Amino acid sequence: MIITDKVIKYGDNINTDVIIPARYLNTSREEELAAHCFEDLDKNFKEKLKDRKIIVAGDNFGCGSSREHAPISIKESGVKLIIAKTFARIFFRNAVNTGLPVISSIEAGRGIGDEDELEVDLNSGKIIDITTGDTFNTKPFPEFIQGIIVSGGYIEYIKKTLK
Amino acid sequence: MINNLKPQTITQKILARHCGKNYVEVGEIVNAQVDIILGNDITMPLAIKEFNKLGLSKVFDKEKIIIVLDHFTPNKDIKSAQQCKFIREFANSYEIKNYFETGKMGIEHALLPELGLVTPGELIIGADSHTCTYGALGALSTGVGSTDVAAAMASGNLWFMVPDSIKFIYNGNLKPWVTGKDLILYTIGMIGVDGAIYKSMEFSGPIIEKLSMDSRFTMCNMAIEAGGKFGIVEFDDITREYVDIRNKKDYKIFKSDQGVKYFNTYEINCSNIDLQVAAPHLPSNTHNAKDLDDILIDQVVIGSCTNGRLEDLKIASDIMKGRKVGSKVRVIIIPATQKIYLDALEKGYIKIFIESGCAVSTPTCGPCLGGHMGVLAEGEKAISTTNRNFVGRMGHPESEVYLSSPAVAAASAIMGRIATPEEVM
Repeated sequence: MIITDKVIKYGDNINTDVIIPARYLNTSREEELAAHCFEDLDKNFKEKLKDRKIIVAGDNFGCGSSREHAPISIKESGVKLIIAKTFARIFFRNAVNTGLPVISSIEAGRGIGDEDELEVDLNSGKIIDITTGDTFNTKPFPEFIQGIIVSGGYIEYIKKTLK
Repeated sequence: MINNLKPQTITQKILARHCGKNYVEVGEIVNAQVDIILGNDITMPLAIKEFNKLGLSKVFDKEKIIIVLDHFTPNKDIKSAQQCKFIREFANSYEIKNYFETGKMGIEHALLPELGLVTPGELIIGADSHTCTYGALGALSTGVGSTDVAAAMASGNLWFMVPDSIKFIYNGNLKPWVTGKDLILYTIGMIGVDGAIYKSMEFSGPIIEKLSMDSRFTMCNMAIEAGGKFGIVEFDDITREYVDIRNKKDYKIFKSDQGVKYFNTYEINCSNIDLQVAAPHLPSNTHNAKDLDDILIDQVVIGSCTNGRLEDLKIASDIMKGRKVGSKVRVIIIPATQKIYLDALEKGYIKIFIESGCAVSTPTCGPCLGGHMGVLAEGEKAISTTNRNFVGRMGHPESEVYLSSPAVAAASAIMGRIATPEEVM
């Protein structure tokens, strides 16, 4: 699967409280969660999303709470992919489980700039920064996690194994 | 029996036992059988929605699922009430025995150990990041997402990557008033909020061997604030004393092998550790409390899964006894469970708090995550015994949270600014 889009860039330790503030956790409706995604971090997020659908960030993206509302709100907002230097582990699980593609790469997280246009091959892990001409070869997922992604999320994967 | 296996950490051993092996390798992905699955009023609605997609008529084991409605309860608004109703209907129809409502509940991570529902050597998952608290019992316990909980409710299993471990050895002597909260804040300040990312944090050494269970719970609780997957203290006589009067299940004790390889080992001289405060907006932004004495405070919160236990309330009441809270400060005390509330009442702590000018609340996570029972306005500052101080954590995005121990929070409540107990007593 190839994703081609432009970048919204954020910094380190983007935590679940700024991704989706707890005051909105009295619902699990996707569109309501998406309406408040990143509102305490970036007032212009919705505006940026109009022509940019890849988030690139620094270390420890998604740290904090286990709320699955975080990747859901990002995915429902229309974001196609998150590339970060590193991910907090619960967020990483939740993203995989809910079908939001994530790539962990220190080089790509450092090298890609705000508004750059990327072409990303999710199967091979190859990221081409069309704006700068740089290429980043990232590690594809372990086979087991690829199985979850191919199944379309963890519940679909479990359905197969329960049969 | 001759043991030919390579040395393993307690983390490897507990994971190995739960996937039917004698040995697991660091980095290996295993499918392990879990002993306890926990959810709350925030994370359960999503878990139930996902579980329902599987079309099953029963959960894998209704004795092993625990639901605690603690975050936005007593219901803070109509939407929260709807979420709780949705969970209640699920708990009824799937006959979930360990289901806890307002009046009987407590904050989940204080309640489960108190009731003996989690025990040493178990593998526990919870759709709440502070599920790592139960590592204080010598159990392997970690936070996961709602979909993970749904999958585990169906199958009883979950996938784990076997993590590397970091060993923290606490030496020296504790200064007056220094508790587990100061040790863990100091540790997070030292290694950063991603210093233990994907790792198991083993807390050990002479200081830990003397540390109370309540302080051990506090330390393991905040392992996640350093990115840790597990926080763990090995079973000893202090654990045994706590567990044996509460526990109803048989349990198995695991310890790390001599000579096992750690990712990293830190030796920490506690004789140099002052009372700690984490300033906005990261738990790693730690300072000595005495260096922040110019910070004026609007609100104090003493409670939460981190510091709402009896030892915490005792320390706070010792400092507040016979004193009044500052005229410009609102102080909210939240015993973490009904039992802790009752014990605090019997010991006279609650009377001291109320006479000092504090509000005392029924158990709830409420203010810790800006839910209810103490939401901050624009520009307000709080000192809190909770676990996170991210932007907007307790309310308005322009408000600020300082994290501390109950001792520093209580002293600050009296002074109306960040203060240490020595300034008050």
